[in-house]
Amino acid sequence: MADTAAAPANGAGGLAPVAEATGVSKRFGATVALRDARITIDAGEAHALVGRNGAGKSTLVSILTGIQQADTGTLRFSGEAAPAFGDIDAWRSRVACVYQRSTIIGELTVAENLFLNRQSPTALSPIRWKNLRRRAEELLGEYGVDVDAAAAAKDLTVEQRQFVEIARALSFGARFIILDEPTAKLDARGINRLFDKLRDLQRQGVAFLFISHHLQEVYDLCTTVTVYRDATHILTAPVAELGHQALVEAMTGESAAGTAATGSDRATAAAPTGEELLAVEELNLPGSIKDLSLSVRAGEVVGLAGAAASGNVQAGETLAGLHRPQSGTVKIAGGRLRTGSVPAALAAGIGFVPEDRHLQGLVADRSVAENATLTVTDQLGPYGTVLPSRTRTFAGRMIRNLDIKTPGPSTPVSALSGGNQQKVVIARALATDPHVLVAIRPTNGVDIKSKEFLLGTIRRVADGGKAAVIVSDELDDLKVCDRVVVMFHGRAVAEFDRGWSDRDVVAAMEGVAQSSPTSPTEQTEKHGR
Amino acid sequence: MSATTEVTDTAVTAAEAPAGETRRGLDLGRFRDLSLIPAILVLGVIGFIVSPAFLTSDNLIGVAQQSTELSLLVLATTLILVAGKMDLSLESTIGVAPVIAVWLVLPTSGGRFNGLGLFPEWAAIPLCLAVGALIGLVNGFLILKLRLNGFIVTLGALTMLRGLQVALSEGQSIVELPSSFTYLGRASWLGMPAAIWICAALFALGAGALSWLRHGRALYAIGGNPEAARTAGIRVDRIVWIVLIVGSLLAAFAGILYSGHYGSISATQGSGWIFQVFAATVIGGVSLNGGKGSVLGALTGVLTLQLVVNVMTLAGVPPLWNQFLNGAIIIVALIISRFASGEKQE
Repeated sequence: MADTAAAPANGAGGLAPVAEATGVSKRFGATVALRDARITIDAGEAHALVGRNGAGKSTLVSILTGIQQADTGTLRFSGEAAPAFGDIDAWRSRVACVYQRSTIIGELTVAENLFLNRQSPTALSPIRWKNLRRRAEELLGEYGVDVDAAAAAKDLTVEQRQFVEIARALSFGARFIILDEPTAKLDARGINRLFDKLRDLQRQGVAFLFISHHLQEVYDLCTTVTVYRDATHILTAPVAELGHQALVEAMTGESAAGTAATGSDRATAAAPTGEELLAVEELNLPGSIKDLSLSVRAGEVVGLAGAAASGNVQAGETLAGLHRPQSGTVKIAGGRLRTGSVPAALAAGIGFVPEDRHLQGLVADRSVAENATLTVTDQLGPYGTVLPSRTRTFAGRMIRNLDIKTPGPSTPVSALSGGNQQKVVIARALATDPHVLVAIRPTNGVDIKSKEFLLGTIRRVADGGKAAVIVSDELDDLKVCDRVVVMFHGRAVAEFDRGWSDRDVVAAMEGVAQSSPTSPTEQTEKHGR
Repeated sequence: MSATTEVTDTAVTAAEAPAGETRRGLDLGRFRDLSLIPAILVLGVIGFIVSPAFLTSDNLIGVAQQSTELSLLVLATTLILVAGKMDLSLESTIGVAPVIAVWLVLPTSGGRFNGLGLFPEWAAIPLCLAVGALIGLVNGFLILKLRLNGFIVTLGALTMLRGLQVALSEGQSIVELPSSFTYLGRASWLGMPAAIWICAALFALGAGALSWLRHGRALYAIGGNPEAARTAGIRVDRIVWIVLIVGSLLAAFAGILYSGHYGSISATQGSGWIFQVFAATVIGGVSLNGGKGSVLGALTGVLTLQLVVNVMTLAGVPPLWNQFLNGAIIIVALIISRFASGEKQE
């Protein structure tokens, strides 16, 4: 039904859809990854594909890009049948893809990355490096990417890498590009620039399939949205005709009434008046933090917002003992923290959820139980022993409390979905029963349902008489906070009480705010009351 | 290497400050491969002071000749490490390949070592290379097709092949070698041992392939990020397999040079070399994690190790101390290259 709404538009252009999949099914052993799924992307269209983790998005991408073969179903590009499986060059001339994981090789130059495996016309002709660099500059120029072709790829920013990947993907001649969660690792500013670039490309007639967990991005960028759930196609509709609620409903398959609850029902709760659990004074970390002061009371969730280079992540990591500040003090529940030491921070009562769960959070091959108890191995048995039974009990409690969906405590954590992995990271942080929970981008790359749950968990920690700090640049994360402190270039530039508007916070993060609506002193008075 | 360096003069598009940084980074990169050159020069000066015999062409050619066999293994290890793999069995291939070749060729009776006499004598070299290729092929099959752990597979192959050599040669050195087989190791071309010329040519070939050929560059991509290489259309497994075969071929060829040089195949030929090979390769700037390093850098690594041994011999250091000093030199060289390149070795 919703499909038919979009159909006349296709017909008007008179062009065959740039990519069309029908009746696609795919199983991996006993798991059905896709069941009779379909999608149609018209030429020059910005098409969003949304769905919770495990909805089949990634499988569809690998089928559309020729990495995997569908069990059943047909695939057509611009009206022609898909190339033979394994003919990589033919696939790439029809569909370009920017994968979730970076495929840039850091040790090589940008130019070489762009022309990897086609640096020279034939395998035996030597590579002409000057020529290669010139071609790379032309390619970057064509797509307006401001990157030095001679630079080593490892020196690029995340955003620049992404532009390089887009340029490379399109350089094979495809007019259709799949972007698999391209914004996951970008800050707000980078996302804006990425979107500008994508709109540019769209004007040149390039069609997109845009995959993202951030529904706002779908509304900002795309004209059509397709929703997958439980390995099947649910609906396709013009974005403008589909409200926020309806979209969430389609994704989760349940009424979205509960969705808003996590954040907004707290607005009526009493202002926290507990004792001061975290007191940061005049913290300085060369190159990232300047004179940061912060106070968080029991029962409070404070957001530390800021764009990528604002120093907010470094501030969170400093609290957790990952960096040693040059000057300044941190007090936890009145006691002074020895800075720059992770064990000291743990002992003082700081629970830490790191920014990147794959890099800093989890030992992928070890079990859920081991990961969740990593911070408390000293409590699991006498004389430095770790008793399996106690580990299991402890982990079992965590799994119940945090509703971690896992076959059992001994399942390797890598087998869980992103959202559940993140819950394990939070379990690990909470295992020590900390006074202060510091969470950096706690909902990074998890689906909408898990996101609500994770934020709700942090909220409950604070409601239980602890303090929490959420370091993030995502408005959704900040919505659960009682206060939001915005950092810009290492300084706290603004502070917002409940009821802030998205525009003000974003403006402050982007460094365009005039002055803070509520000064820090007023804030303290209010809490003192 | 030229790949990344000849391009420094056009950083105009980027902003001023970052451009300056990039430039500095690249300049460091240019010399990173050659960070051992100063160490080699210092060794030369020490050698000159220690003994007048050091700076004679006889001595230096001797050092170079002794380096040839080791350096071929280093070349092989460099290619394999850059592609992100390891092959420990090279040190056994250098011994077992010549033994099998000679065993197939030598007559069934009349000598101290009796072979099978299946092939004419001239076939010894092709057979030796074929055995090398076969070893690489089998290693590749076990690592890439059966997906076994490469380190353990080649550790097993190391032991197994050494055992095969001992069994075939009955633990003896084989001294009656076909003249075609010993020619390359003994011959002298234009006043220098042929082995040195051949080695130089192979290194030039390897360096050229790694900097100017697509498949050579593919090794860096594979070692740096195999997934990315696959999505770029590189046939990762096939190329790694070829590299493993080429590595074993080089080791077999090193076996030919070594046997020719000493006129016999000793039962312990190559035994224990792999440690020196890895040490030379790593102090020459090749990363054990793959994707980083160059052939010329690895060559400076071999030369450094060999010069140290030579200088110590000339200085009259008791040979009993050699092992200790060898180990110490490896660690010192690692420290030097760590700080010369400014990069952590993890």
